[in-house]
Amino acid sequence: MIEARDLRKAFGTHQILDGVSFKIERGESVVIIGRSGGGKSVLLKQLVGLLKPDSGQVLIEGEDIVPMNERSLLRVRAKFGMLFQGAALFDSMTVAENIAFPFRQRKDLSPADVAKKVSDALEVVELPGTQNKKPSELSGGMRKRVGLARAIVYQPEIVLYDEPTTGLDPIVSDSIDKLIIRVRDQLNVTCIVVTHDMRSARRVGNRILMLHDKRIYASGTPDDIFSSQDPIVRRFIDGVSDPKNIF
Amino acid sequence: MTTSTNKWISEWLGGLGRVTLLARESIASLFTFKVAGKDLLYQVYFIGVKSQSVVLITGAFTGMVLAAQTYFQFHKVGMDTATLAVVGVSMCSELGPVLTGLMVAGRVGAAIAAEIGTMRVTEQIDALRTLATHPVDYIVVPRLAACVIALPLLTAESIAMGIAAGYMVGVHLLGIDAAYAWHNLVRYTGAVDVCIGLIKALIFGGLVALVGCYKGMSCGEGAEGVGRATTEAVVYSSISILIANFFLTLVLGKIFNIT
Repeated sequence: MIEARDLRKAFGTHQILDGVSFKIERGESVVIIGRSGGGKSVLLKQLVGLLKPDSGQVLIEGEDIVPMNERSLLRVRAKFGMLFQGAALFDSMTVAENIAFPFRQRKDLSPADVAKKVSDALEVVELPGTQNKKPSELSGGMRKRVGLARAIVYQPEIVLYDEPTTGLDPIVSDSIDKLIIRVRDQLNVTCIVVTHDMRSARRVGNRILMLHDKRIYASGTPDDIFSSQDPIVRRFIDGVSDPKNIF
Repeated sequence: MTTSTNKWISEWLGGLGRVTLLARESIASLFTFKVAGKDLLYQVYFIGVKSQSVVLITGAFTGMVLAAQTYFQFHKVGMDTATLAVVGVSMCSELGPVLTGLMVAGRVGAAIAAEIGTMRVTEQIDALRTLATHPVDYIVVPRLAACVIALPLLTAESIAMGIAAGYMVGVHLLGIDAAYAWHNLVRYTGAVDVCIGLIKALIFGGLVALVGCYKGMSCGEGAEGVGRATTEAVVYSSISILIANFFLTLVLGKIFNIT
């Protein structure tokens, strides 16, 4: 369903990705792990066409999206929902207006239909009755839930999560993980989660890809990765810094 | 030429090219009528209605100063009654549109760049794109249309206020004969001058919106990036208004055959 072929990306002289390739099948739940600043979010944004790779291909159902212009990409992006690191809610709108945003051009839906969809999406993320709140009135965890509600309300085929649990306390992180699993199972969507939260990676993924040194360094089921004896994978999973790189 | 000068010229030309592409994309989008009426109305309110006080004050005091200065010079050669004719023509074809454009560039250009810049650094623009919405359709076009609608109306207000204030100063403070002053004002200030002023205002409106939107959408990371984008939006839109005004004066002068 999604295939990355030999993706390369540099910002100025700083090479971020250097030959990243992988394939994700429909219905899979893939977690991309790797160190902060290692290019995970850049990779995720390339999959939905928010960033263009310097070279390589991104195939969505066999169609290469890299040469597409912004208007052509809109059609492809309708298949995606994305939860951003900071939720990226529109701060001038209420929760209901944020979630209803994908329907603003839909003439076939009445206001009552849209209100029903908003209410249903808020039920899924366990935030009923918050329609009239502004994003500034919500906590970090609530903002992410609303961001997720906005990402799933139009029932996309693929949901991308950019560090969904970063900056949240362990209890809220746990609830977000459960939410991701519930969305995956209830809506039967393909999930791609970028994280460096190992507990979250183990719980939500069917498969883990580890990005290291600008490439996919390791790939396997959560059990494969967590039982790996490779020193680089091991050090990342155990959270042990390299003594040579402390300062 | 030094390397830094070459780099500056190349960046400047690159920026000009990108603004031109943004203008092309916006105009193409404008004619597809994708803009929601509610969004456009809100922008007209924010850009037009909310800018009225600053534009009216600018127009009034410019008209008053112009009347006083013109009177001081004309009085020496006994041409007191021509004072309001100078005020009328100047306000209509030059000062009205330029000063309104500059005031709106300061108030609205900065606000547009800051708002869009903040949306960019908080990933709200990326969120729009993932929600299958083109940022130009949703962000740029309503602001561009609102500026193009609002600027001529604000300019008309500014011109009217400037002439009225100049009349008050000339006639009631400096003692110019009211009948002759009014006669000369109407005789020398024609519909052509008003047309020139309004056409200029329309183009200045487009410039303020495009520069503000471009600077916001291309702003750097963090608070520093938003701050810089805001400053640059005001500076570049003000400069572009002054430069465009010179060429518009020449071109419109030829078109309307002003000699």
